[in-house]
Amino acid sequence: MENPDNRTEIVLVACGSFNPITNMHLRLFELAKDYLQETGKYKVIKGIISPVSDAYRKKGLISASHRVTMAKLATQSSDWVEVDDWESCQNEWSETLKVLRYHHQKCMSSNPTKSPQRTAPLTKPGRKRKREGNSHVPIKKDQQNPGTKSVPQIKLLCGSDIVESFGVPNLWKSEDITEIVADYGLVCINRPGYNVQKFIYESDILWEHRNNIHLVDEWITNDISSTKIRRALRRHLSIRYLVPDAVQAYIEKHDLYSPGSEDKNAEEILAPLQKHASSKQ
Amino acid sequence: MPARRSADIKMKNQIPLILLACGSFNPITNMHMRLFELARDHLHQTGRYRVIKGIISPVSDNYRKKGLASAKHRIAMAQLAVETSDWLRVDPWESEQETWTETVKVLRYHYNESLGPLDFRKGLMRNNSPVQRATADSLSSQHTVLPQLKLLCGADILKTFKTPNLWKEEHIKEIVEKFGLVCISRAGCDPMQYINELELLRRFEHNIHLVREWIQNEISATQIRLALCKGLSVKYLIPDSVISYIKHHNIYTEESGQKNEGGLLQPLKQHNMSVNTLKD
Repeated sequence: MENPDNRTEIVLVACGSFNPITNMHLRLFELAKDYLQETGKYKVIKGIISPVSDAYRKKGLISASHRVTMAKLATQSSDWVEVDDWESCQNEWSETLKVLRYHHQKCMSSNPTKSPQRTAPLTKPGRKRKREGNSHVPIKKDQQNPGTKSVPQIKLLCGSDIVESFGVPNLWKSEDITEIVADYGLVCINRPGYNVQKFIYESDILWEHRNNIHLVDEWITNDISSTKIRRALRRHLSIRYLVPDAVQAYIEKHDLYSPGSEDKNAEEILAPLQKHASSKQ
Repeated sequence: MPARRSADIKMKNQIPLILLACGSFNPITNMHMRLFELARDHLHQTGRYRVIKGIISPVSDNYRKKGLASAKHRIAMAQLAVETSDWLRVDPWESEQETWTETVKVLRYHYNESLGPLDFRKGLMRNNSPVQRATADSLSSQHTVLPQLKLLCGADILKTFKTPNLWKEEHIKEIVEKFGLVCISRAGCDPMQYINELELLRRFEHNIHLVREWIQNEISATQIRLALCKGLSVKYLIPDSVISYIKHHNIYTEESGQKNEGGLLQPLKQHNMSVNTLKD
């Protein structure tokens, strides 16, 4: 598709448990889009919700098929935000960077004649992976030069808690963080109780790429966390108007989120922690 | 209504309760509707009440608040918002009155309305016809206790009771004594201080139910209107059907925001005083 007005096209990708998806998650997309478009420099053409795979082993994480279905119900009324289940279908947990690379590749595949839009030249050698399912695309690194603005830029959409989680030992690989902020970029929605600007200031890598980190203020105090939703459900309290009606109905119909479901993975180690700890031995 | 898996509650001994929320609803937001859900959960978990209805009563245009969209629109939007609810409804009575109506009068009106079916039952009992008696009996088994009507509001309303000339003292007394309040406050705020500051409230503290909202979701209608003027998204903050309605009727614009500018809020005008207008 031609982009006559020279604005950079953006695709926002949000990774997370979405356990369950809430109105707050959905707001992230709306806020990010408004913010980027108000700068006059960007045009947000798509939002992608990528629920994490069950292999993440987070405590209380219910099955991916439910989480994906709820996210799809939640985005039914949106004309630009959609759900992608590639990540959730993987047998192993995928680093966020891999997910971004996948979606970048997917964007490029749908524009085979165009060159990629990147914020910096790539230096890593390409890798090939087996094709997974009909709608999924093999990951490979491109060797083309950054050129004309014709393939959309992928940006990671997240809340301040994700940015501050960069500091949790073994949760992220530092080279991944670098590539995410250098080659893709972050759109971070401020959340009550976090001070992302301070965190960016205290990190050399984030500071260096601060122009590629967009901080967006939420103008209402929105703290509808999935944790609180699950807690309310265990206590038989109403979650109406905090999650889309269709999601609330689905949860009720399938009786999701009981005290039992919260104990799932209680004895397990979170996949990234396990992976990074063992790779250091 | 979803089945509640809480402890055994004998329905017959529970007090049927109606929640009434007054306000501009300019426009109605997800937060307004959350207030009802929170209040109902809280009252049910005391075991003493069974909430049978929630009433949204938008204020009349004569309130003269700055930027107040016409009642016809505010009613329509609220109706769209509660379409999917099986216990909330919108009542236009207050908005149809020719002058602005004090809150206590709205409470009295709705209380009398709620007694209506009971008067019918009393009328039936006087008649000896078996069929009509059976109907009366079934009605009486549903309501062995008279329903109560309580005012649902944010805890900041307690603070406004102190504002000079905004409320008549005898009205505050009637509201807390005869009806009762259900006040929702957000985490970090302590509404008890407002109760302690006013003797009237202290006296009827038992009739003021304080409910804490732990899941912060403060959607200010003022901010919503500003966002709409600026073309920013309000999706997931107010229902989709309300967003469509607003766009279709072009309700919130820069000009609409100036409506009633420079005028005096009606309750203050009635008392001939000028005070800063209440923040929404």
